[in-house]
Amino acid sequence: MADLLIELFSEEIPARMQKNALADLTRMMSEGMANAGLTYGDKSGFVTPRRLVLMMSDVPAMSMPKTEERKGPRVDAPEKALEGFLRGAGLTKDQLKTRDDPKGAFYVATMTAPGRSANDIIAEALEKTIRNFPWPKSMRWGDGDLKWVRPLHSIIAVMSDGEESEIVPFEIAGIKASNTTHGHRFLAPDEITVHNAEDYMAKLAKANVILDPIARADHIRNEATNAAFAIGLSLIEDEKLLNENAGLVEYPVVYLGEIEEQFRTLPAEVLQTSMAEHQKFLSLKNADGQITGYVIVANRSTKDNGAMIKAGNAKVLRARLSDAVFFWENDLRNVERHGVEPWLEKLSNVTFHNKLGTQGERIDRIVELSREIAPMVGASPDDAATAAKIAKADLASEMVYEFPELQGVMGTYYAKAAGHSNAIANVCTTHYAPLGPSDDVPTEPTAIAVSLADKFDILTGFWAIDEKPTGSKDPFALRRSALGIVRIILENDLRISLADMIGKGHEGANSSDLTRFIIDRLNVYLRDQNIRHDVIGALKNDSDDLALLVKRVKALDAFLKTDDGTNMQAGIKRALNILSAEEKKDGVSFELDPDPKLMKHDAEIALQNALDKAEATAIPALKSENFEEAMSAIGQARSAVDTFFTDVIVNDDNAIIRRNRLCILNRIRVLSVQICDFSELEG
Amino acid sequence: MTDKTNTPKSFQDIILRLQNYWAEKGCAILQPYDMEVGAGTFHPATTLRSLGSNPWAAAYVQPSRRPTDGRYGENPNRLQHYYQYQVIIKPSPPDLQALYLGSLEAIGIDMELHDIRFVEDDWESPTLGAWGLGWEVWCDGMEVSQFTYFQQVGGHDCHPVSGELTYGLERLAMYVLGVDHVMDMPFNAPDALIPLSYGDVFKQTEEEYARYNFDAANTDILLKHFEEAEAECKALLSLEAGDPKTGKRIILAHPAYDQCIKASHIFNLLDARGVISVTERQAYIGRVRALAKQCADAFIQTRAGGYVEAAE
Repeated sequence: MADLLIELFSEEIPARMQKNALADLTRMMSEGMANAGLTYGDKSGFVTPRRLVLMMSDVPAMSMPKTEERKGPRVDAPEKALEGFLRGAGLTKDQLKTRDDPKGAFYVATMTAPGRSANDIIAEALEKTIRNFPWPKSMRWGDGDLKWVRPLHSIIAVMSDGEESEIVPFEIAGIKASNTTHGHRFLAPDEITVHNAEDYMAKLAKANVILDPIARADHIRNEATNAAFAIGLSLIEDEKLLNENAGLVEYPVVYLGEIEEQFRTLPAEVLQTSMAEHQKFLSLKNADGQITGYVIVANRSTKDNGAMIKAGNAKVLRARLSDAVFFWENDLRNVERHGVEPWLEKLSNVTFHNKLGTQGERIDRIVELSREIAPMVGASPDDAATAAKIAKADLASEMVYEFPELQGVMGTYYAKAAGHSNAIANVCTTHYAPLGPSDDVPTEPTAIAVSLADKFDILTGFWAIDEKPTGSKDPFALRRSALGIVRIILENDLRISLADMIGKGHEGANSSDLTRFIIDRLNVYLRDQNIRHDVIGALKNDSDDLALLVKRVKALDAFLKTDDGTNMQAGIKRALNILSAEEKKDGVSFELDPDPKLMKHDAEIALQNALDKAEATAIPALKSENFEEAMSAIGQARSAVDTFFTDVIVNDDNAIIRRNRLCILNRIRVLSVQICDFSELEG
Repeated sequence: MTDKTNTPKSFQDIILRLQNYWAEKGCAILQPYDMEVGAGTFHPATTLRSLGSNPWAAAYVQPSRRPTDGRYGENPNRLQHYYQYQVIIKPSPPDLQALYLGSLEAIGIDMELHDIRFVEDDWESPTLGAWGLGWEVWCDGMEVSQFTYFQQVGGHDCHPVSGELTYGLERLAMYVLGVDHVMDMPFNAPDALIPLSYGDVFKQTEEEYARYNFDAANTDILLKHFEEAEAECKALLSLEAGDPKTGKRIILAHPAYDQCIKASHIFNLLDARGVISVTERQAYIGRVRALAKQCADAFIQTRAGGYVEAAE
């Protein structure tokens, strides 16, 4: 048994691609080896800006021999066919067995492929992995044809067993696998020779390379937190930015800086965004929550303890923040003097989309829609219209032009400066929500109205011009808008009809198609909450009242998890199957009320009574949307249904009794469809 | 910002050091192209020479014009006329990153004291129909260069691939010299007989061109020039390869490309004059790209573009 070490050493891999690259390397190599019958014990992997590393333990020297049976011609087939078969299998006739099947006797060859050397299999898997690597973007370099994310410089491929260590013979595009690599670009650039994984890790640690991206991120977080604590500040968590920084350095060294007094008037969001966006600085706040410091993550330590690095970064930041102050002060001056109206005027000349008119026209539509939606969500139509009018004014501000991601947040600051109430001003920010699947949704009625209006406008607009998302292409984030609608409705328990809303939006949007699109988002949302996909399917397209749909889905999901639920499901499905089979046979539907006089069997009468009882509770419960009660009532008919199917033969010789029994089953069907389409349920 | 003994003293000192460094590394030191361009990439030494299979190594300063960036010489970093330093090597050598870092040392950036990072930044030029992958290079959080492996130019796959380095000279020099406003930067040595600042050389022209670019340039004439350049480019490319006078095979790739450069610059001026709407913008860019592509098509039919004439 040997341990395998692979390192692909390249020029700097974009930070955002590193995590997936490591997963892809691990998956492709494991698959390549598994397909060739080569096993391994444990595996682990690491990624830095310059290297992808995979380690596998306990790899045998040879793969397992593979035995397969190949079916040959029939024993009475012409000699030629047999000869061909033997040639193909590389066997002689006496090595074949014969076997019988309904069509007669035929030859069977048992072929054993011998095990192959691990080196060959690894080389093959590595070649395939490198050539087919799913980089989001890859490139050629020099005069070669190989594609990689950036030029690939060297490859370590080493199999080691204790002291023994050998290089896996492998070459691709002129790069020969070796046992050498380099340390940190600046701190330890010399060549390093490694014998095995352990040796590799130890030597790289000494050569200023922290291999594990999680360790790098932790290191940054801890160092930053401790250093900040020492000066009375605390780190503002930003997982994404932290990981990005960990992907830009092999040897993170944290330096702190202080935001100059003159910039502290800037809103916290501006400081944080400007620093993160342009310089990848993490932000530090003081006890009052004010951002007063930042964290530089450098790729090295220096003999001047980072003095130059800090001074250089501070200078760049000063230029950036001077710009930001300039934008902020200009914007504030403008809104304080003239309100947001000049911005709205400007937006009426900015194209939103060449088929959907200007931003100004879009705002006007959102205003109208907000006014209409307001009463349905408990908001004042005038407030909703006012909020909608100013909600996107900041798109014309200098700050948002510079930092588009601050849209909304700046709007709130500017709306307040223009004299709007906090409640109205806040809608500028909250109407964009939710931006991500775990983001909070707006809960304040005015914000709900504007947020829904915004999202229905954009969806009906793009549906009207037939530019819907396809596959991975969704440039206007319409899926996100649809999911936003779903979440706003559900999390606020709003009772509105999608078709109704769509009808108020752009003319020409195919309502049923768009409803389906939104319901698809609902399904994804429910699946993420571990609701069975067939349960969701069984209710599909049944209603466009999302809150109602979800109530039913949840009740049904819960019901099907009970004993009564699973048995009742089986009983209902059996009833449905019998009915559809018999109806097909007779060419009629059994939809009459069953006649109690024709019921001969106790179980028949018991079922009829049980259904009466279930209906008496379930129907009103369904009407009042008390789905748990309805389902539990139906569940109580379970034993009567079970007994009926055990004791009663539905297809009685007497046609009249048969028909009557089918009509009893029809009562089950009628009741069941009020819950869901049981034929869609699995199991 | 740098080690005292090795610090360049002026803007031109930095340029001279880059020239010497890349000359030592074997690049042909070319001169700026004698036309108005938006970036060093437009120089035919990059755009055209990155096409075809012939090896190539060149470095040059290219004055570049971005009419919309003019600020009358008042903004500390924005100029409508500035300098780029451009290095183009085909095929890209395996040690290009190390060569590049060497050039930073040559202009006085001490690798032991600074934090250099390669941050993903892919390059695309819609007007040239070109793209490549690479990084922006950060020195202590400041972007000092653009580093690109060309993948496509003028719609053609680059094979071999060229490595391109672009230094924004003013910004880099301001950083190295520790200057906060570009106009304050020493152009020649501060202890020269007649010391000149960047402002002494360019403040007035920044004002003049800002006024010209934003307000004075005659847009009717420019629009006409654009049409003419486009027509001339196409006309030159439509000529037969055989020159009737000399009987030689002479394809007018470079003269045609000059017209493409001209059209591109005129478009930039029109853009600064604010007479191009959002939708028209795309159309103009598309027209320049079409010219660039046709020039690229023509260039690869020439000797420099790797065309081998059949034996007579």
